[in-house]
Amino acid sequence: MSNKMHVKLTVNGEEVEGLAEPRTLLIHFLRENLKITGPHIGCETSHCGACTVDLNGKSVKSCTVFVAQANGSDITTVEGLVNADGSLGVIQEMFREHHGLQCGFCTPGMITRAHRLLQENPNPTEEEVRFGMAGNLCRCTGYQNIVKAILASAAQLNAVKEAAE
Amino acid sequence: MKDEVQSPEDRSAKLKGMGCSRKRVEDVRFTQGRGNYVDDIKLDGMLVGDFVRSPYAHARVASINAEAALAIPGVLAVITAKDLEPLGLHWMPTLAGDKQMVLADGKVLFQGQEVAFVVAKDRYAAADGVAAVEVDYEELPVVTDPFKAMEPDAPVLREDLAGKTEGAHGPRRHHNHIFTWEVGDKDATEKVLAEADVVADEMVYYHRTHPMPLETCGAVASMDKVTGKLTLWGTFQAPHAVRTVASLISGIAEHNIRVISPDIGGGFGNKVGVYPGYICAIVASIVTGKPVKWVESRMDNLMSTAFARDYWMHGKISATKEGKITGLWCHTTADHGGFDACADPTKFPAGFMNICTGSYDIPVAFLSVDGVYTNKAPGGVAYRCSFRVTEAAYFIERMIEVLAIKLGMDAAELRRINFIRKDQFPYQSALGWEYDSGDYHTAWDKALKAVDYDGLRAEQAQRIEDFKAGKTRKLLGIGLTHFTEIVGAGPVKNCDILGLGMFDSCEIRIHPTGSAIARLGTISQGQGHATTFAQIIASEIGIPADDITLEEGDTDTAPYGLGTYGSRSTPVAGAATAMAARKIRAKAQMIAAYLLEVHDDDVEFEVDRFVVKGAPERFKTMKEIAFASYNQAIPGVEPGLEAVSYYDPPNMTYPFGAYICVMEIDVDTGEHKVRTFYALDDCGTRINPMIIEGQVHGGATEGYAIAMGQEIAYDDMGNHKTATLMDFFVPTAWETPHYTTDHTVTPSPHHPIGAKGVGESPNVGSVPAFSNAVHDAFRAFGLVQSHMPHDQWRIWRIAENLGLHS
Ligand code: FES
Ligand code: FES
Repeated sequence: MSNKMHVKLTVNGEEVEGLAEPRTLLIHFLRENLKITGPHIGCETSHCGACTVDLNGKSVKSCTVFVAQANGSDITTVEGLVNADGSLGVIQEMFREHHGLQCGFCTPGMITRAHRLLQENPNPTEEEVRFGMAGNLCRCTGYQNIVKAILASAAQLNAVKEAAE
Repeated sequence: MKDEVQSPEDRSAKLKGMGCSRKRVEDVRFTQGRGNYVDDIKLDGMLVGDFVRSPYAHARVASINAEAALAIPGVLAVITAKDLEPLGLHWMPTLAGDKQMVLADGKVLFQGQEVAFVVAKDRYAAADGVAAVEVDYEELPVVTDPFKAMEPDAPVLREDLAGKTEGAHGPRRHHNHIFTWEVGDKDATEKVLAEADVVADEMVYYHRTHPMPLETCGAVASMDKVTGKLTLWGTFQAPHAVRTVASLISGIAEHNIRVISPDIGGGFGNKVGVYPGYICAIVASIVTGKPVKWVESRMDNLMSTAFARDYWMHGKISATKEGKITGLWCHTTADHGGFDACADPTKFPAGFMNICTGSYDIPVAFLSVDGVYTNKAPGGVAYRCSFRVTEAAYFIERMIEVLAIKLGMDAAELRRINFIRKDQFPYQSALGWEYDSGDYHTAWDKALKAVDYDGLRAEQAQRIEDFKAGKTRKLLGIGLTHFTEIVGAGPVKNCDILGLGMFDSCEIRIHPTGSAIARLGTISQGQGHATTFAQIIASEIGIPADDITLEEGDTDTAPYGLGTYGSRSTPVAGAATAMAARKIRAKAQMIAAYLLEVHDDDVEFEVDRFVVKGAPERFKTMKEIAFASYNQAIPGVEPGLEAVSYYDPPNMTYPFGAYICVMEIDVDTGEHKVRTFYALDDCGTRINPMIIEGQVHGGATEGYAIAMGQEIAYDDMGNHKTATLMDFFVPTAWETPHYTTDHTVTPSPHHPIGAKGVGESPNVGSVPAFSNAVHDAFRAFGLVQSHMPHDQWRIWRIAENLGLHS
């Protein structure tokens, strides 16, 4: 299995490249080759969402994508959602504010998914949030405060947008 | 200084001490992906290990051929029991006094059992290696039913125990029998039952499930051959216990082992035990001289580490015609799988199952539990539970409902007339516990009022009418629960695990500038210890919580403790924290008195300072005292300001709660919808209400999963049927109900700050509330008992069996 291929990605705004076996999963490439350990592994069967990243403007479960398939794409992980000055981004801050996490293991996937959800639907109802987040499992919080955090993020992001307009 | 003129209330608010919903300090790291979980650890030259697992539930291992595996580039070693045997490590002791194979020693006893350990340069090579190891199995007859396992001609599972009539917990009467545990007065109970007005007799099954934290178990072992020191990172809920056990079984001196629990992605009991993966990673590191990582896959996790429950509880409960309970009898058949690897205190082979008299004043009771081997995975861990309290609470809360049916009584009223009264505390239960405090009637009335119980019953009656009249196909269930937990294990006089007393510890050091670091023997897995324990210290000694660093999980630096499970951190380590803080406060008082030139008794503590009694303008703040303690020669007082406390609790704590679930059930599809879930918890003094609420949401959601669909199921061949998240139900945000939380506060009289612990209450209380709601919906149509999980098909089948589809 030494046939390695060359891959090139943009991750959190930075161009990166490396060698990988064709069968290498994106999550393993991110975590092990690039040491981007925000996205986690909870199942490797696309059920839990802990590995969620943003790939070319879509939420994907990076345990179910070969890095070869992602070649050339633009990827954002939870690490890329902090503000330029290093402070927490709005969704990250709202998760903290509303106690939307406990062990933190699902959190990077949750926040990355919430980020995309709020791009797709900037004014979601509680129902829409619950449905839109159903690909991400959490074992600690019972989701109630996650939903609260996402609704609060939507309000805040919209307020910022309005102020800018 | 400006803040010195502030009122005590303002200064107190600044401390962010107990009672405040302080935001979590952990979250800044976690929300930006900067946690450090075991799988994030990457060391130079690190290798990866993975298991060859048995496809059979019961088989002889005739041969293992690793040649093809070793020929794969990147595969470095294949370890089998034969390699471990010379080290005495092919078997390991379990926490329950049994032993367990680390790698298959001649046979396998459950599907997914560890057979060989492949060590390779990365996870892909390891997977190739696992696939290439050739194992010859000879299948043996399988038994997965604990009742069949106890039949005379049942297959012999544990050949290693042949002829052993004495187990770790007394005599064994059959080759698949592990122990019998009896508590209470058998004769008196049987007499009461024989003479009672009414007896309800039912089998209550609490099915096998799994804690399934989102992060699986794992470890990184690194043996430094130069220093002789072994460092072991891992998902350990009890790092000190792991160090001691690792030392005892490996022969490496305890001071040469450093165990580190990094961030843990949820535990819920899954990460209390010692697993073959840990041992194999250590051995592989010693053999290869390189760090070795082992992290379970989800399938490994669901198949091999730490199942929970699997209790068949046969109960009889007797009462007068008026509904006064007179006695309780229970015989439990406990399915422990192939090895007895339960994580219970040594003297309690069925954990605290003897809390099964619940919240009720029951004069006599008798409990017996039979532990049995079957061809299933070992475990029996306390899944968000204080050692079988969940089983006990489910049992009694079902038996109360069954009794209410028998008596034709309202189940809320039946509970009310049997509750232990406030004036009976401390209360001695018939099965041997001394309940510390409680006020059940107040909690119960508050809960019933909050949900408008009478209104709900009226609505239900109308619904039944409408159903019978063909106007609706939906039924309404009202699920009641009043649970009493027993947590905070525990007093060293009767609680130990493998001989290690279950005290806990805290060490606090105040720095010269008045900030501090505290270290504990526990380890957070999401409970927010770094946030809440700092709040205890802030209130006790007046240093802002934000100025206190909290560390756990490194055995080289933290004081010895037994870890975090069984809701024991707050009751035990929380008490140690308060006691250590009080030692510091006592020394601070002497220093303050010296600085103020008065007698020790003439100063008193006020929020963040010592003031001269009667002269509040004369004071020394903790900051000033801290500085003086290091920098001023004070006659008769050693320099520095630090303290350590090892706390051996005088008793357990007994949190309680009243949960009510209102559920709509579609008779034709078996679908359900939770309309209301109300959770009232009384966990004594509340340290951080935000975190308590979060614990309740999370625990209730686990309970929802267990009651409504989650199970570890096997077929008759011992094939594991629920080993992926496709089959093992974990609710998403979409299915999960909305929770309303509430509380009363009845402090624990023996705990330094009155706190009782809350992490597990919602799992204990919610399972019977959900299950009782399902049962209650069908009560009017004759349903008495139907086993969990109440998935859609099983609910449909209830309706079908009751003739509601015709
Ligand atoms: S690890 Fe990718 S979905 Fe679970
Ligand atoms: S916070 Fe632990 S899994 Fe979500």
